[in-house]
Amino acid sequence: MQWETVIGLEIHAQLATKSKIFSGASVAYGAEPNTQACAVDLGLPGTLPVLNEQAVRFAVKFGLAIDAHIAPYSVFARKNYFYPDLPKGYQTSQFDLPIVGLGEIDIIVDGETRTIGVTRAHLEEDAGKSLHEDYHGMTGVDLNRAGTPLLEIVSEPDMRSAAEAVAYVKTLHSLVQYLGICDGNMQEGSFRCDVNISMRPMGQEEFGTRAEIKNLNSFRFIEKAIAHEVERQIDLLESGHKIVQETRLYDSNKDETRSMRSKEEANDYRYFPDPDLLPVEITAELLEEMRADLPELPAAKKSRFQQQYKLSEYDASVLTVQRAQADYYEQAVEASNGEAKLVANWMMGELSAGLNKASLDITQSPVSAERLGSLVSRIADQTISGKIAKQVFELMWSSEDSADEIIEREGLKQISDTGALEKMIDQLMADNMAQVEQFRAGKTKMLGFFVGQLMKQTQGKANPQELNKLLQEKLKG
Amino acid sequence: MYNKSLKQLSTSLQNKDISSVELSQYFLDRIKRYDGELNSVITLNEEAALQAAAQADKIIHAGNAGPLTGIPLLHKDIFCTEGLRTSCGSKMLDNFIAPYSATAVNKLTQAGTVMLGKTNMDEFAMGSSNETSFYGAVKNPWDLQTVPGGSSGGSAAAVAARLAPLASGTDTGGSIRQPAAFCGITGIKPTYGSVSRYGMIAFASSLDQAGAMAKSAEDAAYMLQAMSGFDEKDSTSVDRPVADLVSGLGDSIKGLTVGLPKEFFGAELDADMRDKVEAAVDTIKSAGASIKEISLPNINLSVPAYYVVAPAECSANLSRFDGVRFGHRCDSPKDLEDLYKRSRGEGFGDEVKRRIMMGAYVLSAGYYDAYYKKAQQVRRLIKQDFVNAFKEVDIIASATAPSVAFTAGDKTDDPVSMYLSDIFTIGVNLAGLPGMSVPCGYINKMPVGLQLIGNYYDESRLLNVAHQYQQLTDWHTHVPTGFEE
Repeated sequence: MQWETVIGLEIHAQLATKSKIFSGASVAYGAEPNTQACAVDLGLPGTLPVLNEQAVRFAVKFGLAIDAHIAPYSVFARKNYFYPDLPKGYQTSQFDLPIVGLGEIDIIVDGETRTIGVTRAHLEEDAGKSLHEDYHGMTGVDLNRAGTPLLEIVSEPDMRSAAEAVAYVKTLHSLVQYLGICDGNMQEGSFRCDVNISMRPMGQEEFGTRAEIKNLNSFRFIEKAIAHEVERQIDLLESGHKIVQETRLYDSNKDETRSMRSKEEANDYRYFPDPDLLPVEITAELLEEMRADLPELPAAKKSRFQQQYKLSEYDASVLTVQRAQADYYEQAVEASNGEAKLVANWMMGELSAGLNKASLDITQSPVSAERLGSLVSRIADQTISGKIAKQVFELMWSSEDSADEIIEREGLKQISDTGALEKMIDQLMADNMAQVEQFRAGKTKMLGFFVGQLMKQTQGKANPQELNKLLQEKLKG
Repeated sequence: MYNKSLKQLSTSLQNKDISSVELSQYFLDRIKRYDGELNSVITLNEEAALQAAAQADKIIHAGNAGPLTGIPLLHKDIFCTEGLRTSCGSKMLDNFIAPYSATAVNKLTQAGTVMLGKTNMDEFAMGSSNETSFYGAVKNPWDLQTVPGGSSGGSAAAVAARLAPLASGTDTGGSIRQPAAFCGITGIKPTYGSVSRYGMIAFASSLDQAGAMAKSAEDAAYMLQAMSGFDEKDSTSVDRPVADLVSGLGDSIKGLTVGLPKEFFGAELDADMRDKVEAAVDTIKSAGASIKEISLPNINLSVPAYYVVAPAECSANLSRFDGVRFGHRCDSPKDLEDLYKRSRGEGFGDEVKRRIMMGAYVLSAGYYDAYYKKAQQVRRLIKQDFVNAFKEVDIIASATAPSVAFTAGDKTDDPVSMYLSDIFTIGVNLAGLPGMSVPCGYINKMPVGLQLIGNYYDESRLLNVAHQYQQLTDWHTHVPTGFEE
């Protein structure tokens, strides 16, 4: 039988606020355990939550960016369950009245655009962390993360393959960073993902029973976990078994998913409106103010790059994945006097290789956009060749010097003086008459020999176009 | 000395007839002398109190005293007090010392009051007789065989026995007004949101409200004014200027309309109680007010609605007591579930457990709509009844409780009959209105309370009506036999 995969995603994006969603404690990552948990985060008796306004603004910003309905009135609810890293015995979340309602987002897979529905996005607090190692059969609890603001973004079951799911996650990942509402750091857990997967016979409208895979924190894991889960479900279905609705965990070491709890074991969370918090009201004025404040979004930026800089779709999409990358690009193009294509090649070539090798982010690049732009401009105006430019780039990487300073100091300027070049060609031909004869006898490949020799003599500085022109003329006689 | 009004005490302090240290010591001595039988105080704060009093004396000497500077008081043990145990009447918090004080406590401390100790209460404020406290039942000073009411029974008994001039209380369904009535004192619960709930251990967040318990409306006005005010740490606290509750005391109440809800004067109100309340209303009428019968058509639903909403909220509010971070933890738990079950099983008393179970039940899948949601709808109806009533009248009057203080043990095995002792007070909490109780006579030598209910943020008028009544009566000056020395 032909099976169709149906995928829906829940993404938890940690909002980039300074303090927690309901307390003034810091959310900075990596502090000593329990040093960033105040009385409110510890759930001490008598303490009360106060909503972080910035978190609300970030959620609204996200809603506007996906063209969603922003609820003028949304409500926090308590989700009740017991766990040692959940200090109050309930998680403050949103339930039937989330702040962001139905929206949508376009993804591109194999050059084709698909629109994925976003059911809702709601604000909630994160729990702390239970540490099971190093406590000799006991569990340690670190509440630094408790109360960290999260935006849970729930998609419609609109994706039909792992590739689409990954494209959706990447698109959202890029979007939240563009909006400046999430740092997108997947290793630190700032952006993590639960995947709901079910299978149905191709052509059937009704959904199959789904399994949920929790807490995937890399694009690769999402792809592998889905591939594995699809295979597992098809195997079960084709051997006449039923899928059990359950929550599964993906083990990246073994590359397999395993059951965590079934529907029967699922909690009854007894949601009800949190009486300690007032409903969140979003006024029309605030919406207008925030709409006006919205930055250019990835999709718009990409199509502008294609038009304004005449870039291919591929180049434009690579350069606009990250807002910092796109900003770098535009600054470099300006510094190069408009060498849009050349700058793109350099960023996706030398610069990207250098950054990858050094594990640096574009914002940490040792070569700033201005410096790269001026290097590119020296290629464009033929002061140096592309080959020499790579040498200059390496020197720029390890120093603060400008491209011009390096070219000057190292004497890397191209020789375009025809008189000087002619003299050198004449001498070379005189020294190698046999090769000249071969060329003239029709072995035109010999041109390479002469180019090579002259480049060697000039240490690569001969202007290649000029050199070729002169050699052709002289060799032909 | 013990029966002096707040104004008189303040004058004595400022005239240096007595120091705050002496006054505080005087009341500490009364507590030591009388509280053995009353059991109204859980924790005494003697040393720190005398230091605070000495501090207050300096302020008085510097001429910077306010009306509450140097005045001793007691706090209900539901308010967190930095460095001094806050038990909430529960074994669960027998070892709990908060690293902060409640905003209401801080405000009263800033006003110069001296905290003598923490008063006994029903466990987690759940009870109407003060019999559910881990620290033992509180006795009513008017008759030690009877209950003082609850949950602020310790505060009410202490003020009635004149162990302190003032005491704080909290009122979720009548927990200030009903014990005030049973003990013959004056107690006021202001509009929801007037006093910050920060640092006040939550029972039912949407209903809990702190207030003042004192000998008279005038004393209560001074205290409530000092406790009130917006607090950015409590999202439900109301951001509006604190009303002047004191300077309007003494205004004439001529032309005021007092509403009597016919539902509160039905057959279930016994004849003696009706007589006392009607006599009190007549006294208010004699001061120039007019009387009008009104109707609160949905008020009979207030007890069932309350016993859905309050337990629902409490079931979540009390989840934090899990033995993990603070409070009672069972000995050598064998796993997580054992830790939860035994810590909570041992730490909570029966009434608390009963309400947690009711709350979890009404919120559970399949029952939410039938119970919690329905109760919230009823709550809106009840609120609307009051809103409509206040279009016609300025103040509503009724009995505070259906009976005078009952004998200890009488209702402990019958929770429903216990819940019905709050039948007249609960609607006020559901609507978020201010309400108070003032003493208005005796039935079988036990005090009777007159409940007065005001419109939203109309505490000033509410207190003045009570004050005018107390200008014409002297019930509030009576001291129970055996506590007069």
